[in-house]
Amino acid sequence: MSPLFSQPVPLSWYLLLSAILFSLGIIGFLIKRNLITMFMSIELMLNAVNLSFVTFAHQWQYCDAVVQGCLAAQPHAVKGQIFVFFVMMVAAAEAAVGLAIIIAVFRARATLAVDRIDLMKL
Amino acid sequence: MNGSLHLWLIPLLPFAGFLINGLLGKHLPKWLVTAVALLASLGAFAVVLYAGLPLFLPFSSAYLGHAAPTSFIETFGPWLNIGTLHVDFSFVLDQLSLVMLLIITGVGFLIHLYSVGYMYEEDGYWRYFSYLNLFLFFMTVLVLAGNVLLMFVGWEGVGLASYLLIGYYFTKQSAVDAGKKAFVVNRIGDFGFLIGIFLLLANFGTLTFSEIVAKLAANPGWMGGVLTATALCLVLGATGKSAQLPLYIWLPDAMEGPTPVSALIHAATMVTAGVYMIARIHVLFDHAPFALSVVAVIGAATAFFAATIALVQNDIKRVLAYSTISQLGYMFLGCGVAAYSASIFHLVTHAFFKALLFLSAGAVIHSIGGEQDMRKMGGLRKKLPVTFLCMTAGVIAIAGIPPFAGFFSKDAILYAAFTQGTTGKALWFVGLLTALLTAFYMFRLWYLTFLGEPRSETAHHHHATPWSMLVPLVILALLSICGGWISGTWAGVGKFGSFLAPALGATTTEAGDSSLELTLSIVAVIVALIGWYIAHLFYKQRPQQPAELAAALPGGYKFLSNKWYGDEFYGATVVKPLLAISTYLLGWFVDKAILGGAAWLLGGIATFSGALLQRWQSGNLRSYAAWLAAGAGALLLFVVVPWTSVLANFGIHLTMAGH
Repeated sequence: MSPLFSQPVPLSWYLLLSAILFSLGIIGFLIKRNLITMFMSIELMLNAVNLSFVTFAHQWQYCDAVVQGCLAAQPHAVKGQIFVFFVMMVAAAEAAVGLAIIIAVFRARATLAVDRIDLMKL
Repeated sequence: MNGSLHLWLIPLLPFAGFLINGLLGKHLPKWLVTAVALLASLGAFAVVLYAGLPLFLPFSSAYLGHAAPTSFIETFGPWLNIGTLHVDFSFVLDQLSLVMLLIITGVGFLIHLYSVGYMYEEDGYWRYFSYLNLFLFFMTVLVLAGNVLLMFVGWEGVGLASYLLIGYYFTKQSAVDAGKKAFVVNRIGDFGFLIGIFLLLANFGTLTFSEIVAKLAANPGWMGGVLTATALCLVLGATGKSAQLPLYIWLPDAMEGPTPVSALIHAATMVTAGVYMIARIHVLFDHAPFALSVVAVIGAATAFFAATIALVQNDIKRVLAYSTISQLGYMFLGCGVAAYSASIFHLVTHAFFKALLFLSAGAVIHSIGGEQDMRKMGGLRKKLPVTFLCMTAGVIAIAGIPPFAGFFSKDAILYAAFTQGTTGKALWFVGLLTALLTAFYMFRLWYLTFLGEPRSETAHHHHATPWSMLVPLVILALLSICGGWISGTWAGVGKFGSFLAPALGATTTEAGDSSLELTLSIVAVIVALIGWYIAHLFYKQRPQQPAELAAALPGGYKFLSNKWYGDEFYGATVVKPLLAISTYLLGWFVDKAILGGAAWLLGGIATFSGALLQRWQSGNLRSYAAWLAAGAGALLLFVVVPWTSVLANFGIHLTMAGH
């Protein structure tokens, strides 16, 4: 096998990917006018965070804290993964509620353009 | 003398009566309210007799096998303990407070009894009696107090009770105003009293009477100076409470209250508190001769001044009110010439005959349906025979005709004044002149009310006086006749003075010249009889005479009937400037400009910044998100960038606090 594939992918690449995905999410949220697209951008940001969670969890799986430099597997090492599940659950709940709101808004206003949904403005 | 006398019961019984009637009276039947109020005052009187008589009566010292103590102090516990200041809840029973207590609870009980008949038809019967008991509570605290501060508590308390009772008919605007006036004017006096207390504290380090007396006794050479200032402040307090010049103006208006209240509070007891206070702390005044002469001059001036006003008043209660001010002036005169026991003697007899006069006037007013104008009375002698006889006793007593009570006490004061040098003789002459006026206006009242023919419809219709009103009248009439005999002599304070001597010091009158004393007495009696004769001439023989005299001297008559323009004077010099300052300086400048401006500024800043910041809340979702993202980015920059080294590149060195 070529050296390129025999080497494990460096962790920084995962983080870089996570940062790119998060930035895409932010930009999408800021520039898109369609409510559903914005919603998808939020999901993108959440999953970017999830990716960085699992990356760090992998990096520190043998060590609980940076300063300890320990090598034995620690029971705390799965914290990152557990957090990911939390985020997924919240995202699922959010999707359910958020989509329901979007449907309600569409029924009421017949539009999904956020610029026109500004009833709370003074 | 060991053991308790249960002095605390004396104020506590009326206080219990106040609580029961005040809290529950509305729901209690009238007979129960009456019983509670009467038993509370009668119980207090009984405790005074129980506590006081065995201790101080001459026969009892032999009976008990020991000499009568000079004073009995009962301490119930500490009140204030601040640094070197110690104030206890302590009561003092000595000859002086015993005499006062006998008057307050004894006459107080009689007036309670009288009120049962007088107030029976009134709304708020229970309220009236709860206030009356509250008054007894505070008055006994005032008299029993063993230190100045506790006395001040009673002093303020009787002022409160007085205010409540003057304004008893609270639906009547004039009564409400009179209550306020009494309260505010007394406030001025209380201010003086309070400053006096502070001065006492600063110079003696204690507020207990016995310790102040002891410190003064230890420094016999300490005269004048700060003691005069202290005494003058206390005199200001006394003039407020005892309605002397210059703070007399509240008492005539206080007649808006029910008549028994005028008898109890504004004639017999509360208004004598100023005299009592001076007598109680007389040792201080003995070390401040200037303050003492001020007291004498105030007393003589007030006595004369009030008597002239009483000459032309037509409201029966107002005549008595000015007469009270005048008689209180006599007591001040007595204090001022250091004849404290003569002053207390007059206080006692005055309590008898003035309470009697007020209650008789109340009986007259009650029986003819609330009419107080003497010009509309007349000929009531046959319709109210008992009241007529009692009133006659009171009138003769106050006019100073022997052997009625007022003669003895007024004479003792006049004699004491006469022996005080040239100034004393001038004061004596003013007192004598006042005695003439007193005899005149009292017999004027007597003739106008009871003799002659009825001068209006109301004087024809009358209804019977209940026995509960007549019994106190008769008892007080007997006391007005016999009350002066306690001195046991025709002139001077006699045995009464030697009884009070342990508390008030030996009187100068005892060692006096008895022939001079007798001469002065005869002069006083002749003067009183002249007063009577003039009244007889004016109101019996030639009823048109007063009107002719008034027409002949229109200026003088107007001056007197307008009460020397006292109210107008205070209105122009005190009330109006005060109102102007309140309206313009305090109201417009301080309140509206400064405080209002500050409030407006604060509100304006909030409104203005709100108007600016609300632009931020665009309602545009994406702008919110952008601000959120920008904020997160700024935080990120703040955390990630090594600011210390970046700034160091620009020559700026941040130092951490504490390093």
